[in-house]
Amino acid sequence: MLRFFVRRTAYSSSIFRRRRSDSVLQRRDYCLGVLGDDVSRNSDAFTRNATAMQDVISQLRSRIDVALQGGGTEAVKRNSSRNKLLPRERIDRLIDPGASFFELSQLAGYDLYEESLPAGGIITGIGPIHGRLCMFVANDPTVKGGTYYPITVKKHLRAQEIAAKCRLPCIYIVDSGGANLPRQAEVFPDRDNFGRIFYNQSMMSSLGIPQIALVLGSCTAGGAYIPAMADESVMVKGNGTIFLAGPPLVKAATGEEVSAEDLGGATVHCKVSGVSDHFAVDELHALAIGRQIVKNFHMAGEQNKSSSVGGIYKEPLYNVEELRSIAPTDHRQPFDIRSVIARVVDGSEFDEFKKLYGSTLVTGFARVFGQPVGIIGNNGILFTESALKGAHFIELCAQRNIPLIFLQNITGFMVGSKSEASGIAKAGAKMVMAVSCAKVPKVTIIVGGSFGAGNYGMCGRAYSPDFLFMWPTARISVMGGHQAAGVLSQLEKSNKKKQGVQWSKADEEKFKSKVVEAYEKEGSPYYSTARLWDDGIIDPADTRKVIGFCLSASVKQVPEDTRYGVFRM
Amino acid sequence: MSLMAFVIRRRIPTTKSPGHNPFVSHRKCFSSSSSKSANSKERTIEKILIANRGEIACRITRTAKRLGIRTVAVYSDADRDSLHVKSADEAVRIGPPPARSSYLNSSAVVEAAKRTGAQAIHPGYGFLSESADFAELCEVEGFTFIGPPASAIRDMGDKSASKRIMGAAGVPLVPGYHGTEQDIEFMKLEAEKIGYPVLIKPTHGGGGKGMRIVHGPDEFVESFLGAQREAAASFGINTILLEKYITRPRHIEVQIFGDKHGNVIHLNERDCSLQRRHQKIIEEAPAPNVTEDFRLHLGEAAVSAAKAVAYYNAGTVEFIMDTLSGQFYFMEMNTRLQVEHPVTEMIVGQDLVEWQIRVANGEPLPLTQSQVPILGHAFEARIYAENVPRGFLPATGVLHHYRPVSVSPTVRVETGVEEGDTVSMHYDPMIAKLVVHGENRNAALVKLKDCLSQFQVAGLPTNIDFLQHLANHWAFQTAQVETHFIDHFKDDLMVDSSSERAKEAYDAAKQGAALVAACICKQEQIISQDNHSGRDNLLALWYTHLPFRVNHLARRTMELEWDSESERNDSELLELHITYKSDGSYYVEIANNDCPGLDVNVQHLRHLDFRVEANGLCRDITLAQYSKGPSKHIHIWHGKHHHHFRQTISFEWSSDDVTDHKPSSNTASHPKGSVVAPMAGLVVKVLLKNGDKVVEGQPVLVLEAMKMEHIVKATRAGYVYGLQVSTGQQIFDSSVLFIIKDE
Repeated sequence: MLRFFVRRTAYSSSIFRRRRSDSVLQRRDYCLGVLGDDVSRNSDAFTRNATAMQDVISQLRSRIDVALQGGGTEAVKRNSSRNKLLPRERIDRLIDPGASFFELSQLAGYDLYEESLPAGGIITGIGPIHGRLCMFVANDPTVKGGTYYPITVKKHLRAQEIAAKCRLPCIYIVDSGGANLPRQAEVFPDRDNFGRIFYNQSMMSSLGIPQIALVLGSCTAGGAYIPAMADESVMVKGNGTIFLAGPPLVKAATGEEVSAEDLGGATVHCKVSGVSDHFAVDELHALAIGRQIVKNFHMAGEQNKSSSVGGIYKEPLYNVEELRSIAPTDHRQPFDIRSVIARVVDGSEFDEFKKLYGSTLVTGFARVFGQPVGIIGNNGILFTESALKGAHFIELCAQRNIPLIFLQNITGFMVGSKSEASGIAKAGAKMVMAVSCAKVPKVTIIVGGSFGAGNYGMCGRAYSPDFLFMWPTARISVMGGHQAAGVLSQLEKSNKKKQGVQWSKADEEKFKSKVVEAYEKEGSPYYSTARLWDDGIIDPADTRKVIGFCLSASVKQVPEDTRYGVFRM
Repeated sequence: MSLMAFVIRRRIPTTKSPGHNPFVSHRKCFSSSSSKSANSKERTIEKILIANRGEIACRITRTAKRLGIRTVAVYSDADRDSLHVKSADEAVRIGPPPARSSYLNSSAVVEAAKRTGAQAIHPGYGFLSESADFAELCEVEGFTFIGPPASAIRDMGDKSASKRIMGAAGVPLVPGYHGTEQDIEFMKLEAEKIGYPVLIKPTHGGGGKGMRIVHGPDEFVESFLGAQREAAASFGINTILLEKYITRPRHIEVQIFGDKHGNVIHLNERDCSLQRRHQKIIEEAPAPNVTEDFRLHLGEAAVSAAKAVAYYNAGTVEFIMDTLSGQFYFMEMNTRLQVEHPVTEMIVGQDLVEWQIRVANGEPLPLTQSQVPILGHAFEARIYAENVPRGFLPATGVLHHYRPVSVSPTVRVETGVEEGDTVSMHYDPMIAKLVVHGENRNAALVKLKDCLSQFQVAGLPTNIDFLQHLANHWAFQTAQVETHFIDHFKDDLMVDSSSERAKEAYDAAKQGAALVAACICKQEQIISQDNHSGRDNLLALWYTHLPFRVNHLARRTMELEWDSESERNDSELLELHITYKSDGSYYVEIANNDCPGLDVNVQHLRHLDFRVEANGLCRDITLAQYSKGPSKHIHIWHGKHHHHFRQTISFEWSSDDVTDHKPSSNTASHPKGSVVAPMAGLVVKVLLKNGDKVVEGQPVLVLEAMKMEHIVKATRAGYVYGLQVSTGQQIFDSSVLFIIKDE
């Protein structure tokens, strides 16, 4: 059995351990914040969690594997017969050799449409080129010809949003047939639709964030604006084409008969029209030019802005893989968020703030890969004190320009007369106000439940964290399925009563289970990630690294001043 | 002959002020520093000028240094920074790269000796070493020539005269007829006396012209007349000589040494039968498969040969041995220290260069004949820059990677080059001599094979792989050597693309490619980790040992073009897929291939060395990389294999790639083939006139515009017409300058 909420006194001998590197005669540098190892590895719960998580992870992996296949064997074969690489292969050759690539929303579009749309038909993610982090947006021509479904647009825009916020140069690897015509109504007209892509390009370019397009395939109609709007663009001979209208449409409109290459090939655009800047003989050449372009960014003013500290940092004291066994697959089971923190932060050192006050919210300072962070984690329902403590801590971090990490496992704010009387609504409002206004990098990881206003206070999607990731065991909904079923059946019952209809127990149960089922489905992380309510589902064992990547991308900003609105006192 | 010799003083004289560092600037020194006495011959040598380059110059320098003798190198412009110049105490420039104007320029060499105050000149081998005139010039100018007397060089330099002298001295000659009587019947009788097969060849000329092998009397007349006709046509003189034709000859030579007191001894023989293009590539001493009796007679014959010309210093008497009859015959005498002298040194335990200097000093030989031992067995393999599949043609290039085997008392590497040096077309393309010594032939051979597999050269083609094939050949292992060995076993020695061996070679190459892929991945990670560690932890996170991918393993593709050494010289493109496994190993698969993937663990040892573990097999390998032209070259040495791969790193495109886009409007108004002015400007030069034939791209006229010259070229092949502009004329943008017509 896990021993939760084990409280050690601050002066227990175990936390008086001196850092190994310090010699006895040196100044006494007490290490107060080292988290203890409070996981009993022999317990039933530990093994049960581990086994359950194993299944959950293999399910995740198998779904990812499908997404990695792109549009399937036939389409992949057709792609390679045109001397084209797959989008991830293109990115692999753009980023520094042997470097990491932090892919976003791999399961976008999962189970969303009748037809399958692996990865939403577009690959996005962050990786370094010549040591500079870039945002990659790569159409997958093997998925529906790289056309833009609504979710494709959303994923493209999300990548641009991150890029804009983190000031990451954008590399668009274009190979797309443009908007998906049957779904034009959901793709074309609205604010956050196709047109927004070019708006974002303009805005980012105006802010000095480089916009680069590599045209490795077709780039028709609206898509033609991606390279045209780019700061610099590369076109590959043969495969790359840019035109507002393709040869069939041209023939229909003007009667001119012209081949795709003569109409909008690399030669035309690099030599005559000037729509593109760099001529590439083949795809590898184009990718090499792409790397060269980034090398020439220079961006002298942007260098060394990182507040990250160099030098040595310590790995956590405990095995990060144990996170797989700590989180229960049943989110109603509580667990100490400190056991997660202990496996994420450097040296498992966590200097807790206001430890004894509002103890259902855990706040404190730590470092991740040397980068100072403020951590806010849930250890139960939010009470008035917890919310006040959260708001206080967020203010502290914003004041000191310390990025915030939210570890969400929240069923919500406390309900009931006592709670309402204590002003929980205004306490919650303070926390939401602080979260909204704090101008520091924010990373949210949903490690358990994310229900109700708790999602808001803990920096849910609506609060624009720089990044938001979910564990595969996480659940997200306005409230738990059972609670919802209870509320809805009561309403239904009173309705029926008004109408004078008798509601049998069996019918009620049926009604309830339907609600629970719907909540179960819609609360699933796959449902969330398919709709881009998050930036991806991650293996709990990768949590530390993922936070590191997120920080790496987001902390390189000029510190911004935080201004709050009116706090209700 | 103008002599603009630069003298580089290598040692800093202690009296020199610190401001004058001779290492910083090459000081021109026009004053002659020679203060030699007239009787320099009697003086003990204290400073030697080495009139040579490459390994032999280094070799001589080494012994001289050991003896406390100062050395002067000479160099041509091509060798300014070469090893022989660096290792000598002083060096003198003697001319431009061609040997004719430098290393063969005897007056420049003598002048250099004068200016540096050397008392003696060592000619090495090749170049001036067998020039009697040079030997004489040295003596006349008062320098000791470290070599034989000029008269001996002259006597032995003339092939027919040398044979006459040797015949008179009782040295066995190849049976033959060299007389003036040319009657065909008489000649036929002579041929029968000699015994068939007989070689018919013209007395004049060479290059095998008119030579014929006659196997029996019935073929004689026809061949004789044919040879006469051919000789008359080629050389104008149709005199013919007859010689016994030796079907299976061996090339055996004897190292002899004489002093100025009339003593001559021999230092046993060497077998130099392994030759290609009439050049030795593997030599050994003593000769295998000969009797003690044979050795004795051979040695005696060599000594009498030397005595017949009053020889002193080092020399080699070459014999041809008939393996069928066991007879040996005098071929010629080389009046110098030979390339392959180290094998003799190894088995007699002496330094022959030291002997040369001592003999030149007038000392008697340090050993008597009976004191000369035979200690074990020695091999020498000559490592050449050459293109083996293309008929051993000499190759040139840069030694991008050069790591000879490490030397020990039983392994010698004689070399005159270092990594980064260029093997140029001006001189001999030999890179090094590998000399090994063992208790017996087998032991030495084991060592030879081992050393060859570890001898690393990259950047230009070499014969190392071929030498390995030779050393591993069964007939060589059993010492069945003869002059036609390489021709005879050509099929075994050359990798034929159709043979079973080619498949084996391909498999080994694939294995090599997999290891290369894994090591490159490892190396890249080490480099990027080094670049980013300690500076910015969060950025370094992107370059951790295991490249991170969300929810899957990182995988990459690498293309390697294998340069097979088969005759077709084609290359095979291998596409490798590498998966970075979470345990730090690499899983390498080769695309379109039935062979299973390989799990490779890589440990970086130092610089270019790695320890790899694949399939439970752990071994050390070396990886060398360099860029040349549009490719990155990667060499791997693993086990006994050496493989060479290429990767394209640059993309070259010609104007053909940018297919001309033809705007429909402009040129349409001009006649076909019109060439219009690219911009407004002034004609500064007209290079051709109407009616001239042009090829595509040929310059026709030169314009000046915007302070720049622009060359207007012919757009295609044809004839120039309508050229009306002249020099100084102002022209306008897009005006027709001329037209290219087909006729």
